[in-house]
Amino acid sequence: MTLLLLLAVLDGLAYAALVFMVAVGLTLVFGVLRVLNVAHGSFFAIGAYVAATLGTAAAATAAAPVLALPVLLIAAILVGGVLGPLVEKLLLSRIYVKDHVLQLLVTFALFMILEDVQKLIWGVQPIFQDAAVKALGPVEVGDIVYTRYQLFLLPGVAATTLVGLMWFLRRTLTGRVIVAVTQDREAATAMGIDAQRVYLLTFTFGTMLAALGGALASPTSSLVPGVGVNMIVLSFAVVATAGLGQIEGAALTALLIGLGRSVAVYFAPEFEVVIPYIIMVLVLLVRPYGIFGSPELRRV
Amino acid sequence: MRLTRRAALQAAAAAPLASPFILPRNAVAQQKPSELRLGISTFLSGPASVFGVPGRNAADLIIEQFNSSGGIGGVPLRSVVIDEAPGVDFLLGECRRLAQNEGVDMMLASISSGSCLAVAPLAEQLRMPTILWDCGTQRIFEENSYRYSVRTQANAVPEIVAPLLYLMRVKPDFRTLAVVNQDYAWGRDSWAIWKAAMDAIKPGVRVVAELFPRFGATDFSTEITRLQALRPDVILSTSWGGELDTFVRQAAERRLFERSTFVLPLAESSLERVGRTLPEGVIVGARGDHWFLHPTARDGELLKNFTQSYRQRFNLYPIYPTFHMAQALYGMKAGYEKAIAANGGSWPSREQVMDTMRGLEFQHLTGTMKIRDDGQGLEPMLMGVTRHVEAYNFPVLDQMILYPPDLTMNPTGTKGLDWVRLLTPAAVQRAPAPIAYRA
Amino acid sequence: MMGRSLTLPTLLGVALLIGLAASAPWLKFVFTIALAKGLAVLGILLLLRAGQVSFGHALYVAVGAYTVAFARPTVGDVLLLLPLAVGAATIVGLLVGLFVARYRDIFFGMLNLAFSMVFYSLLEKLYAYTRGTDGIRVIPPTIAGLAFERVSYEWVMLGLSLALAVGLGFLARIFLASPLGQALPAIKARETRLEFAGISAKRVLLVSYVASAALAGLGGGIIAMTTLHVTPLLAYWTHSGELVFIAILGGGGAVLGPFLGAAVFELVRVYAAAAFPDAWQMILGAVLLGIILFASRGLWGIYEDLTTRRAARP
Repeated sequence: MTLLLLLAVLDGLAYAALVFMVAVGLTLVFGVLRVLNVAHGSFFAIGAYVAATLGTAAAATAAAPVLALPVLLIAAILVGGVLGPLVEKLLLSRIYVKDHVLQLLVTFALFMILEDVQKLIWGVQPIFQDAAVKALGPVEVGDIVYTRYQLFLLPGVAATTLVGLMWFLRRTLTGRVIVAVTQDREAATAMGIDAQRVYLLTFTFGTMLAALGGALASPTSSLVPGVGVNMIVLSFAVVATAGLGQIEGAALTALLIGLGRSVAVYFAPEFEVVIPYIIMVLVLLVRPYGIFGSPELRRV
Repeated sequence: MRLTRRAALQAAAAAPLASPFILPRNAVAQQKPSELRLGISTFLSGPASVFGVPGRNAADLIIEQFNSSGGIGGVPLRSVVIDEAPGVDFLLGECRRLAQNEGVDMMLASISSGSCLAVAPLAEQLRMPTILWDCGTQRIFEENSYRYSVRTQANAVPEIVAPLLYLMRVKPDFRTLAVVNQDYAWGRDSWAIWKAAMDAIKPGVRVVAELFPRFGATDFSTEITRLQALRPDVILSTSWGGELDTFVRQAAERRLFERSTFVLPLAESSLERVGRTLPEGVIVGARGDHWFLHPTARDGELLKNFTQSYRQRFNLYPIYPTFHMAQALYGMKAGYEKAIAANGGSWPSREQVMDTMRGLEFQHLTGTMKIRDDGQGLEPMLMGVTRHVEAYNFPVLDQMILYPPDLTMNPTGTKGLDWVRLLTPAAVQRAPAPIAYRA
Repeated sequence: MMGRSLTLPTLLGVALLIGLAASAPWLKFVFTIALAKGLAVLGILLLLRAGQVSFGHALYVAVGAYTVAFARPTVGDVLLLLPLAVGAATIVGLLVGLFVARYRDIFFGMLNLAFSMVFYSLLEKLYAYTRGTDGIRVIPPTIAGLAFERVSYEWVMLGLSLALAVGLGFLARIFLASPLGQALPAIKARETRLEFAGISAKRVLLVSYVASAALAGLGGGIIAMTTLHVTPLLAYWTHSGELVFIAILGGGGAVLGPFLGAAVFELVRVYAAAAFPDAWQMILGAVLLGIILFASRGLWGIYEDLTTRRAARP
């Protein structure tokens, strides 16, 4: 029984790490821009596809195994650095003044467009590029064979990102500016902060994180049309549960979902799919603004 | 520009008359049409497009080939392809549009069983000849009879019974089994058939885990960990597409293939993509009597030419959706030709074509198949084990057995799930001898 | 304040619909589905007035549709099946609404999403009862005791849907002009002030929510009786998104918006998919983008702009 639980925890960690990587970008973006970006899942998918393409190219070179991991990071930076500013400048900046619903639908429209763009560029055949996993090799825990990638790399990257983000947001000036805009946009602008620049920065960064999530996911699974779709719903659930712009909340929620899902597969497999939603509903029952959220000041 | 009330009323009165592009094409019955229009429903988006697009590509290729030799009865073919991904309500609207506006003469539907179940009754109402070209549900002809639909391939029953018989032959003493199927109708149905058949042929097998990961899952680590802990003798999975690829790769990375024998009835479609990651000794099925290296047909010109043309144009080896499409088109051609001959040369009516297709036996790329009186197709099932050879950088099938329909398909008027419970161990031995792979 | 008269546009719309359906028989099906979706979107409109977006209304469409599918073997007539669908959706709407009406904005939207996805999973998994993704076939019901063959059945369904759309649109208009309905925009603008005025915002939202659930359930029932086949996809989150898409496409300015949006959406999708089977999703997305960026009051807003008499300037 305890062995099963231990196995469940180990399995859950890798999944939780992935969910966190994707959801934390969305949490940041939502916290600052107050836009729930449906296309976040598309950035995830494009990050994965680009990582696979670069990985295949890298695998053909002489320095092959060493490049496998850095390629993932490069893919994420590329996708985030290009798509982020593009989308923000061309689309989002035009709709900040509009209704929240409209902003959300703009991202929904973008998602629909990007789904077909993925198909046009990469086709419909499943793509698999697992050089990164192979490079790290397997590891045995008792009788069970795991891959080092899932046991060490994924949780490691997630933990590093969490700590890095926390430090960035608390200790650097740019980070604190972002937090300020999250908490009270008007007061921050009144203090002289250029909100537009902050939006651009945050959105780009959030996109990079989504793409990094995708890049990290790509060595473990096949990339097919629609691979981003499920991530969207999952990320939304995390954002709502975590509380507005709460990084730690996102981490905790991702952990709950990852572990919950794993344990469900062992003990109640039929519930595995609905675990994220059940967690969201339960958390919001007890803490209506998310795990670490607080009520927003509303105008009277 | 202002739209006055008067202008609006005038426009509204004129609009229906001034929109020729939505008026229906004149359907001329029984006279030889200028072209034979085929409506094809397939998946062009979403995960199932991994089958849908090869099916469409095969249709394009074969229609070209047919047209270059004069078409059917001298009439050229033209296809209208629709995407069934948006769902059933969209597909049914499209079927109506194809029937009433585009004047389609025959429909080829669909990949999704849900789509087929919805389209078949509509075809009866619209009097639209329909060939079910890929969906596997056995429920269609078991639960209803349709005059306007036939199926040019087998169904879920032989697709599951054949792998079971093969497994019994290759590893008769297995004690424990685990199943990892996609959580949707096919995954559940296929497991139900397997379990009922297995309990009849080899009672006492312990099922150590029934895992149904979410459809579209990208991560099977938890399932694989469980399977490693449980150590079943046999692992069955009727998954397909990207999910099967992922499952195979993740299982290989974690050395699960070393501990259990895998039975993958739909893996023929993944062989080229997963390559040598799929080890030797895995039991693989092809959903029918086809494979580009089919043991008895591989030397025939028809298959060789097709494989070559397909590969040249699409850069891939053909997989079972392409062969299913081929069967549908060859069957359609044979049906029309037989009906024309019976008519003394004049073009047959829709009812005539459909009635002719019942009982029809026709040749296709890899062999011959027959359509039963109830519209269900009968084809042998190719099974084999994987083997790595020099000539290809992906596994090929070895020790192939072509299971005949009378061993694997339930008779007309019976339900598959009931019939498999009547199977006996003797069925295992009645299979033909295996054919080894030839280089 | 009822706003401008909708009589002429409604009559024009109905005439156009019937005219097109008569000249192209296959459009009857498309328009009936569009009207059914329009009913569901009418419900979304009510919530949009309160500034809340539900990302899970496909739940009620599915509840309505599956109620019809399950009840059909025992209940044979449309006039009984539709109220059953509405009733089931209302009950579920009340149960869910009691919970979600306490939340706002993203939490409201996501909780609705959660409930709809749980229902979707249930429909998929309870295979023995729901046949999972294969779906359940619905045998054409009788209408007021009369059995119809296919073509007349489609006409009667279209007529019924038109009548329901016009009737319920009219009722919705009255509701929105009533004190309860006028409280909805107040929730969007200054909810606390509404509370100060002694009106329970939660109660207002709950009533509107249940009404929207009932409308969506009715739409689902009509869909079930038109497609004659129900699948779990009816509850999937992308269908909820589609409903919100249609709400914005049509425009939230008047109760005609949802139906206008639904009709245009279905037609665009059909023609985009016919002309570009590999890229129809992109085209739909581009259309939506265009509407939001250049005509954010939707198609109804465009119509309004075209037909407003310019006030004479002194």
